[in-house]
Amino acid sequence: MGEGVRIRFDKLGVVIAAISAYAAFAAPFATFRANRIVPGEARSILESLPAAVGPLLMAIVVAAALIALLKTPLALRLAASVVALAALALLIGVAGSFLTPAGNTFARISPASGFWLLIFAFTLLLADVLTRLNLSPQARVGVLVVAAAAIGLLLVSGSWNSLSILKEYFNRSDSFWAEGSKHVTLALGSLAAAVIIGLPLGILCHRVEKLRAGVLNVLNIIQTIPSIALFGLLIAPLGWVASHVPGAAALGIRGIGTAPAFVALFLYSLLPVVANTVVGLAGVPRAANDAARGMGMTDRQRLFGVEFPLAFPVILTGIRIVLVQNIGLATIAALIGGGGFGVFVFQGVGQTAMDLVLLGAVPTVALAFAAAIILDAVIEMSASKRRVETA
Amino acid sequence: MKEAGLKAWFPSLLRLALVVLLIAFVTNPGWFEPLLKPLTENNAPVIYNQGSLLTLTLLHLRTVLIATVAATIVGVALAILVTRPAGAEFLPLSRSLVNIGQTFPPVAVLALAVPAVGFGEKPTLIALFLYGLLPIFENALTGLTTLPANVVEAARGAGMTGWQRLVKVELPLSAPIILGGIRLSVVISLATATIGSTVAARTLGEVIIAGLLSNNLAFILQGGLIVAALAVLIYDGLSAIERYTARRMGREAE
Repeated sequence: MGEGVRIRFDKLGVVIAAISAYAAFAAPFATFRANRIVPGEARSILESLPAAVGPLLMAIVVAAALIALLKTPLALRLAASVVALAALALLIGVAGSFLTPAGNTFARISPASGFWLLIFAFTLLLADVLTRLNLSPQARVGVLVVAAAAIGLLLVSGSWNSLSILKEYFNRSDSFWAEGSKHVTLALGSLAAAVIIGLPLGILCHRVEKLRAGVLNVLNIIQTIPSIALFGLLIAPLGWVASHVPGAAALGIRGIGTAPAFVALFLYSLLPVVANTVVGLAGVPRAANDAARGMGMTDRQRLFGVEFPLAFPVILTGIRIVLVQNIGLATIAALIGGGGFGVFVFQGVGQTAMDLVLLGAVPTVALAFAAAIILDAVIEMSASKRRVETA
Repeated sequence: MKEAGLKAWFPSLLRLALVVLLIAFVTNPGWFEPLLKPLTENNAPVIYNQGSLLTLTLLHLRTVLIATVAATIVGVALAILVTRPAGAEFLPLSRSLVNIGQTFPPVAVLALAVPAVGFGEKPTLIALFLYGLLPIFENALTGLTTLPANVVEAARGAGMTGWQRLVKVELPLSAPIILGGIRLSVVISLATATIGSTVAARTLGEVIIAGLLSNNLAFILQGGLIVAALAVLIYDGLSAIERYTARRMGREAE
């Protein structure tokens, strides 16, 4: 049998190449609309970009897809995905200015399916490379910071200003930041409240076995109540508190608005915090507890000196679940006047203005994603620290 | 002796009572009008009047069922793929993708699916499918990667082909853990489906949203309670099936 030069394909690369071929040659790159609510007209890469730039982007996409398709070194794959993503990010802005007729302020240019598919394909390549590189937690946070800085730079430089999502932003830049800070306050505040109440409750459940099943069952049942219903159900009791308890209204407690949203998020957050505290404490090796007792530690010393540090990574996992979940659920607060990025999502759905939906959805997804990466890194660091200490 | 018997039966009786109550409520909501009456103001309607609760409940369940079946097929197939030698190189990537997917809030998925597929049931199905996929895939992966090594070896020794091993040994042994994932996914989907009504899907969320818009607490309560009761009952039912298969397979469900 003759050993010819065999071209070896990367399996994931086949998927990436197929998606990018379809996206680059068959799908629209950008959508042009005469104003913000009329149906859009599709524009291909060559139609969306100035004469020399379109073929350049095509060439970059084809080259990156080929690198993905063949078995190539990791460093090359990393470079290909980063270059392709950077080119797409820069050139969608160029397409925005190129497609907007001079002096026209009504026309809207937005990225179309081809653009999103290309972003997806090369993000897949980047994610694969980063997974294979097996980065340390610190390095993963570093990658996140670099990516955030790059996006921030693009936003500040104004190269995306001609895109429709940013036009929506400029129309309501004040309320964007106000709703954004409300969103973050809701998500973080309810998390803090859940940790302050949930940790002691979890410790109590761990120590008092009779309480455990009861408390966890109640918290489980709360999770089954749909979020929009729970938000709504809290309106009445909080309205009652506001009008009957002196000083409550002054504290900002109202029937509608932020208060019921805060309480609902807090209630949903309790289960992961309490359950993970119980699981974490139950997982503390018996030998560690016996050793601590043998050293003459009091219950309190044992809790803070031994049990708690050992259970910490598991408790952190609960906090990660809560934070990511709260960032998502806080969007629903908008339905009961609680503010947050959900305001733009629901306004956008109501007006069938998808750019407005994106203005609310993109920051929410970005926040949840960043929170997940950072907390995962913290969990991994605390778990490996624990292994070193107990080794 | 008698007391212990009663105690053991109590949870089952409670569940039976909940089933009866739920069926009575969705078929004859009028019976419960006096109970909910104090929650309304200015003679507002007490029972949701823009559609029958029974129809909405069935539509709600249908949406969840379709999404869960699709998520189960895709989730289990993906888990099988990445645990075979041919797909092993996708394993780390699929894990990270699943993690990334979990960070997408359901409202965002719903709203972003609207331009692609329009209003109604479709965006809801997409959101529920994506959300349901994650727990099922994760559990199927756990089930298939934590099989007792001696059993798999024995199957190989007995001359079973890869396909026979998968169908006769690996999948049955993983069934309880996969069922655990399906249970989680169904409970999440039941609650999330209500949000689908913000993009005009016909689910019980319609009742809740009508209550929010007209400030009618009775609507919010009936919509929320039906969904919660469905979730508790389905959770219990699936847990029972899971325990049964776990006993048969001699494996502890998670």
